Amino acid sequence: MNRKLKTTVAAVALALTAGTAQAEGNLSIYHWFEYIPQELLDKFSEQHGVTVTMDTFDSNEAMLASLKAGKMGSYDVAVPGDYMVEIMAADGLLDTFESSELSNFGNIMPEWVDVGFDKGRKSSIPYQWGSTSFSVNRNDYTGDINTLAMIFDPPEEVQGKINVLDSQGEVLALASIYLGIPQCTTDRDQLKQLNELVQNAKPHWASFGSDVAKDVLVSGDASVGMIWSGFSAKAREEGANIEYAYPKEGYVVWMDNVVLLKDAPNRDNALKFMNFLLEPENAAAVTNFAQYTAGVSNTTELLDDAVKNSPESNPPAQPVGTFVMACSEEVQKVYDTIWTNLKK
Amino acid sequence: MAGVIQAGGQTKSNTYTGFGPLLLLPSWLIIGFFLLLPVGMMLIYSFLTKEFRGGVIWEFSLAAYDQFLFDRGLFGDDPPKIEWTYIGIFWRSIWQAGLATVLCLLIGFPTAWFIATRSGVNKSIWLFLVTIPYWVNLLIRTISMKFLIRDTGPINEWLMAGGVISEPIHMINTAFAVQLGLFYSYLPFMVLPIYASVERYNFALSEAAADLYASRWTTLRHVILPSVKPGIVAGCILVFVPSLGAFLAPDLLGGAKNFMIGSLIEEQFKGNAGNWPFGAAASMILLSLVLIALMFYARSQRQQGHF
Repeated sequence: MNRKLKTTVAAVALALTAGTAQAEGNLSIYHWFEYIPQELLDKFSEQHGVTVTMDTFDSNEAMLASLKAGKMGSYDVAVPGDYMVEIMAADGLLDTFESSELSNFGNIMPEWVDVGFDKGRKSSIPYQWGSTSFSVNRNDYTGDINTLAMIFDPPEEVQGKINVLDSQGEVLALASIYLGIPQCTTDRDQLKQLNELVQNAKPHWASFGSDVAKDVLVSGDASVGMIWSGFSAKAREEGANIEYAYPKEGYVVWMDNVVLLKDAPNRDNALKFMNFLLEPENAAAVTNFAQYTAGVSNTTELLDDAVKNSPESNPPAQPVGTFVMACSEEVQKVYDTIWTNLKK
Repeated sequence: MAGVIQAGGQTKSNTYTGFGPLLLLPSWLIIGFFLLLPVGMMLIYSFLTKEFRGGVIWEFSLAAYDQFLFDRGLFGDDPPKIEWTYIGIFWRSIWQAGLATVLCLLIGFPTAWFIATRSGVNKSIWLFLVTIPYWVNLLIRTISMKFLIRDTGPINEWLMAGGVISEPIHMINTAFAVQLGLFYSYLPFMVLPIYASVERYNFALSEAAADLYASRWTTLRHVILPSVKPGIVAGCILVFVPSLGAFLAPDLLGGAKNFMIGSLIEEQFKGNAGNWPFGAAASMILLSLVLIALMFYARSQRQQGHF
């Protein structure tokens, strides 16, 4: 009898909890790989009684393709980079919100509110920002590394031991910076130069890979690896004797943003999640995990010292980084041809 | 199938007439939904206009096939020449897939023969061992292979520790690594069908051939191979076709340096190119090539009177 009673209580309790979870609903996130700590998702889930599911992608373009191929309406939020926010907004993939709908909106650092890719933050909030450059294994090469020649005209010691990101936008942006030509140039001679530069550099490259960018540096397969700043810091923590370069010609900076997707099945929970990520404590948790820099005020005191003082998170005053531009259709077509020629 | 009906013991021809067509429904649904519908969509998409950054505009266009066949220079306004880029990519894939098939056959046939000629329990154990890697996801298996063969991997370290070599043998990110990945991924697809054929082979035939003074080689060529040919053909198709479209091995083991057909198509959907009609057209061309090859094969078989 007693046992029966216990079972009944348990069943009722289960039914009740299940009921609550259903009432509070779900949240479906489309995010980069290795970019948010599981504990943070659990914390949100617990605080708001929301079931969180997450899928991951490894490039802005892959995310866009998947959304366009019919995934719209199944995710609530996604995390595109700067230029991709602009593209998605132009394609009508983003919903808008009022700043009053997020009680923590004021936590966004002033310089990250009126950004070019989303003026006044109508559809997005800052997630993290960082840079794209490359790291060099100091056991293999001891000379000056602060030049993009390490990738595009590499010294003999590292030839054939270079991994570049499998990301057309970042590779061609860095190549343009190295040549000193504007991104998305329409000048034919400059485009030819760009094509020749990457063609001539390719024999020195061992591989193209984004998700493996950290691993090849840690294992020593690559002596030079094009990489994102925080990913490089993680590689260093995992024991690679590498140094992150700030090339004198310049490098790429980017900001990833949490966007509210159009037709989000759980719009309210999406806004709750965005508000949650604007809490300094939670933004700092992401930074401590991914080792990039938050766009939220008052996170500095909450950071681990190693992260706060890492060379990857503290770029020098000069040179400054540049955002990747979204090219016009006409130029993009030439870029695609250059990329196909590069990998044919 | 015949065996199943016999086992039931009921072969009255009029039993199922009323339901016959209905009983085919599951097959038709599967063929329609999983085969005809996607291929049909792909065919239609390949003739549509591409939308900038992925997607299609519903206007008829031959641009995708034009891009495949003609090279109009970096800016698209040179006089058209034959485009060798994609032919080169297809050739590389066909060559790699063909080589993987031949290697799988060379290793797979003796393996299958060995397994099929073991006695009862041993046979099951060997079969079981062959299928074990399949419990693990292909991605994981490919990454493990990468760990094994890289410059700082165990193979190189053992060889160097044993004094066999002084410098690591460079295997990762080469065509050899891609070939190794394909061979390793699809070997069981060769072993299992051949095993099934050899299992049914009547070994009295070999003895009969020997009684008639056939050498071992002659027996293999004129008695064994014709009998187990269906298994070999099935195995070759099962290895060749997926190898042709593989993109995990080229990406992870080959360093994504050179497109294979699979990665070329993937790039059209997932990469910056966002050129869905071209991806669809490349898929259709691949599909047509495979179908044409299979049709030629079937025809040559019919002429030899095998069907």
